[in-house]
Amino acid sequence: MKYKLKRQLTEKLIELLLFLAAASSVLITFFIVYTLVTEAFPFFKEVGLRDFLFETEWTPLFENAKYGIAALVSGTLLTTTIALCVALPFGVITAVFLSEYASARVREFTKPLLELLAAVPTVVYGYFAMLLVTPFLQKIFPDLSGFNALSAGLVMGIMIVPYVSSLSEDAMRAVPLSLREGSLALGASKFQTSFRVVIPSAFSGIASAFVLAISRAVGETMVVAIAAGLEPKFGFNPFGPTETLTAYIVQVSQGDLPQGSVGYRTIYVCGIVLLLFTLTFNIIGQTIRHRMEKKVK
Amino acid sequence: MVKNIKAEVKNLTFSYDKAAPRPVLNSVSLPVFENSVTALIGPSGCGKSTLLRCFNRMHDLYGAVKYEGKIILQPSGFDILSNEVDPLEVRMKVGMVFQKPNPFPKSIYENVAYGLRIRGIKKKSYIDDKVEDSLKKAGLWREVNDRLKASASALSGGQQQRLCIARALATEPELLLLDEPTSALDPISTAHIEELVGELKKAVTILMVTHNLHQAGRASDFTAFMYLGDLIEFGESSQVFTNPKEEKTENYITGRFG
Repeated sequence: MKYKLKRQLTEKLIELLLFLAAASSVLITFFIVYTLVTEAFPFFKEVGLRDFLFETEWTPLFENAKYGIAALVSGTLLTTTIALCVALPFGVITAVFLSEYASARVREFTKPLLELLAAVPTVVYGYFAMLLVTPFLQKIFPDLSGFNALSAGLVMGIMIVPYVSSLSEDAMRAVPLSLREGSLALGASKFQTSFRVVIPSAFSGIASAFVLAISRAVGETMVVAIAAGLEPKFGFNPFGPTETLTAYIVQVSQGDLPQGSVGYRTIYVCGIVLLLFTLTFNIIGQTIRHRMEKKVK
Repeated sequence: MVKNIKAEVKNLTFSYDKAAPRPVLNSVSLPVFENSVTALIGPSGCGKSTLLRCFNRMHDLYGAVKYEGKIILQPSGFDILSNEVDPLEVRMKVGMVFQKPNPFPKSIYENVAYGLRIRGIKKKSYIDDKVEDSLKKAGLWREVNDRLKASASALSGGQQQRLCIARALATEPELLLLDEPTSALDPISTAHIEELVGELKKAVTILMVTHNLHQAGRASDFTAFMYLGDLIEFGESSQVFTNPKEEKTENYITGRFG
């Protein structure tokens, strides 16, 4: 009897520990959101929502402070778009090569090398963009400024390629062989089979790779902080300097802003906007995936 | 019954691996008669599927394989196994339907149109006609004509298999290969497909692998019995099933082994 009680007690205890472990990540997320919201809330008492949304200048630390988030959002969208223009096509093409064309030996050799791209510290990519890519691009575009969205975006794109290619390749390799055989038996080439049958069949996996890439690009900090120039500018000029939400947070949090000031609160405000961005993309990605999975089944 | 020969297998010896001591097919010779159904039967591992897959060079997809001998398509005299022949060209002439229905994750219409599209055909009216025609031949038109844009995966297994047949027919193959086309289907769908095969032979020559002896007896005009890579007996199905010449054939069809 005593033995049974003891056993029941340990069971309960273990269950509780497991629950706490599982709950901790949810709780931490909740606290992050809570902190962001409470710290950012007073900001909107001082700055009207209309100025925040429709003003095009972001100069919170100047004497004549302006709080137009559009400047940072446009910078974020600009660098993200450039990065995706590199990462999505290269990632998918790489995945097609690895999954459909490469022999097992080539794949085993290439894949780890490619994943090494993701292992390089982002600060290295930042300096790579500033010291190598920008001077090179300046030979092609003489008007390119020393800090610019273009080279930061391009390098960020290269950095993200392995995220896209790795997930896409997994998705393509999961496409049943019978579908490929069906296509090839109709006289389709490998290329036609890859692009007309394998990619559409793997679409939900590829879409989640894209969403991950977008979130990664939106959230990337070091590359843009180093190479893009820390100059908030509304507009989409890839040749000039710009600033993203993340780069702004780095820039300002290093300074000595008095706690509780409006400038200090802007950090949290940017954090919320960033969170909304990635949340939106994740929801879009999930929706696409659900819809495609329904279609495939 | 005098029939033209559509395809002729001549002394075909085949190995998956050049170093293999024993070939999977051992000097097989076999005629395939035009506008008829030829069934390949035999116990597992006898080489019947391997032989079928030689007809569209499917083996070439999986590494270095070795063909000796010929498969000649008539009346052109086109040698399917020739080294100079591009397997893609072969597959343009020879259609195939697999064991398990494998419709593409596309609409019913696009599944049938696929073979035409990869041949670079763009004319919509032509594709429309071909899709309708092929679906009619496959006995599926009445069931799907109001939902051609619906996903193929919404169809039942038997319908999916008929869709795969329609897909293969759309490009007007000279020869249609069926690799155990009903092994994944329920009895009603199976009966449907067998009936269909009887209809289809008016338009296309059919070579079919089957595990089901009753099916071979019911649905085929000619039967080839294979055992361990050898062709043991070939003849009209009525003769092979009622009055086999070889003892091995008799033992197999009476269920003594296999």
